[in-house]
Amino acid sequence: MGMTITEKILAKHVDADKVEPGELINARVDIALANDITAPISIARFKESGAKTVFDKDRVILVPDHFVPNKDIKSAMQAKMLREFAHEHDLTWFFDGHEMGVEHALLPEQGLVLPGDIVIGADSHTCTYGGLGAFATGMGSTDLAAAMITGETWLKVPETMKFVFKGELLPWVEAKDLILYIIGDIGVDGALYRAMEFEGPVIDKLDMAGRLTMANMAIEAGGKNGIFTPDAATEAYVKDIAKRDYEFFKSDDDAVYAEVREYDVANIEPQVAFPHLPENTRGISEAGEVVIDQVVIGSCTNGRIEDLRCAASILKGNKTAKGVRLIIIPATPLIYRTAMNEGLFDIFLDCGATISPPTCGPCLGGHMGILAKGERAVATTNRNFVGRMGHPESEVYLASPAVAAASAIAGKIEGPDKI
Amino acid sequence: MKAAGKVFRFGDDIDTDLIIPARYLNTSDPEELAKHCMEDADAEFVNKVGKGDIIIGGKNFGCGSSREHAPIAIKAAGVSCVIAKSFARIFYRNSFNMGLPILECEEAESIAPGAKLEVDFDSGVITNTDTGDTYSTRPIPPFMQELVKSGGLMKYISKTA
Ligand code: SF4
Repeated sequence: MGMTITEKILAKHVDADKVEPGELINARVDIALANDITAPISIARFKESGAKTVFDKDRVILVPDHFVPNKDIKSAMQAKMLREFAHEHDLTWFFDGHEMGVEHALLPEQGLVLPGDIVIGADSHTCTYGGLGAFATGMGSTDLAAAMITGETWLKVPETMKFVFKGELLPWVEAKDLILYIIGDIGVDGALYRAMEFEGPVIDKLDMAGRLTMANMAIEAGGKNGIFTPDAATEAYVKDIAKRDYEFFKSDDDAVYAEVREYDVANIEPQVAFPHLPENTRGISEAGEVVIDQVVIGSCTNGRIEDLRCAASILKGNKTAKGVRLIIIPATPLIYRTAMNEGLFDIFLDCGATISPPTCGPCLGGHMGILAKGERAVATTNRNFVGRMGHPESEVYLASPAVAAASAIAGKIEGPDKI
Repeated sequence: MKAAGKVFRFGDDIDTDLIIPARYLNTSDPEELAKHCMEDADAEFVNKVGKGDIIIGGKNFGCGSSREHAPIAIKAAGVSCVIAKSFARIFYRNSFNMGLPILECEEAESIAPGAKLEVDFDSGVITNTDTGDTYSTRPIPPFMQELVKSGGLMKYISKTA
């Protein structure tokens, strides 16, 4: 009986030949990550425990990205805790000021999370790194504190669900649409406690940005991790940026899956997740007339350069609809600079967009674009829970950068083919 | 170990933004967080909840972010335990690490709001003291029991380190 890629990575990190779903293991972690919301609790727990040092100063990473540049005094105090801890423990990778970006866009871009790794983060979207062929999962601050001290974490080996994509993509259908479609299909707890493995001819052709986008939203189906088989595209992405050695794993042909689902992508049009759950998806043709106040293009889901290029291709030469605020948030300083150098900023500014510095910002209702009572936004982010982007009576519609850009021009939810 | 209190009922997929909205996450002070517990689901909850009371949810309770502020807020609001049909994975871990006992119970939704419950964590039996009905819950895995016995994850680690 063979093993899945998830099982192989876990086995490797406990020096075992085999692990099985349901087994509890204490695994080595390659990277332990936290941000300005979660790290303050981890740091407090770390201190309470009496620990003197982190297990490895190259492998504990702190990124203050949620309420940074600091939105108020309290959030400034939280960021300061990270700064002091990073300094005291001489952490190699602490991203502050002009180096700060949205953690899950930043770490892959900097070659800090790699194929074959176990990455744990005190942030639920840590699962993003499965796009690289790593086992990556979110935990709480106390779990993270424990890993910062010991370099290990306990895990229950998950069962794996396989999602196979075949057929030809329709125009304007992107990775975001595929993952929204899956969540709509299986529901927000459809993959609870399970690994989600994505494969098939459509996935083979997907670029790294798209794979990261899909793995990012595994948690939105309750998944423990999302994972892709690393291939030539992965190699091309990591080979020049990797800060450490890495290893490619691949599921055996006779690996055991809890469930296999096949999709013909010819049936999948651009998707929109209606309030207030990511599972409330509809095809764009069934969206109806939804008038909007704001569009946000950014986040760890869709704030990469590929996403900004896609949005720019639609926004170019157009104007945002009267009354619509379009906020574009390049997820990292490198993405910001690249977009600027490629002339995307001119396109954005000409069409009436506001360009934000890298930050999580409005994605979690932090700052830089909070919604008032009754307002509606189309966002390329990953959650549309009640109050997620501001007032509890505001609404968030999740979509791809293409749909978001088209909607900004139309002033209502609109498909890019209509622009 | 036992808990006893009045039931507050919530639905399916209660997410961490409902449990503690992100706008209050610029602090991790339990007392501050407790003031806003469940605010966007029921703005009056914190005024109604009493010490030892019990939250009952449907499926996938605690889905969404990894914020430990969610179980912290619930515990600091005085809630003695959460019972749900199922829990989201990270919330489940966080609650045990935090010392907030949570129990999975298939029949959770048949318990009426306002009912008085007694929960026996050793046997896993929930008793509705209004009606006398009893419900059994899925046993807590041995490893989690170890964590609870040690007093949470950090204590467990210092014990084994
Ligand atoms: S961009 Fe949004 S989802 Fe991603 S880490 Fe920041 S707050 Fe979380």
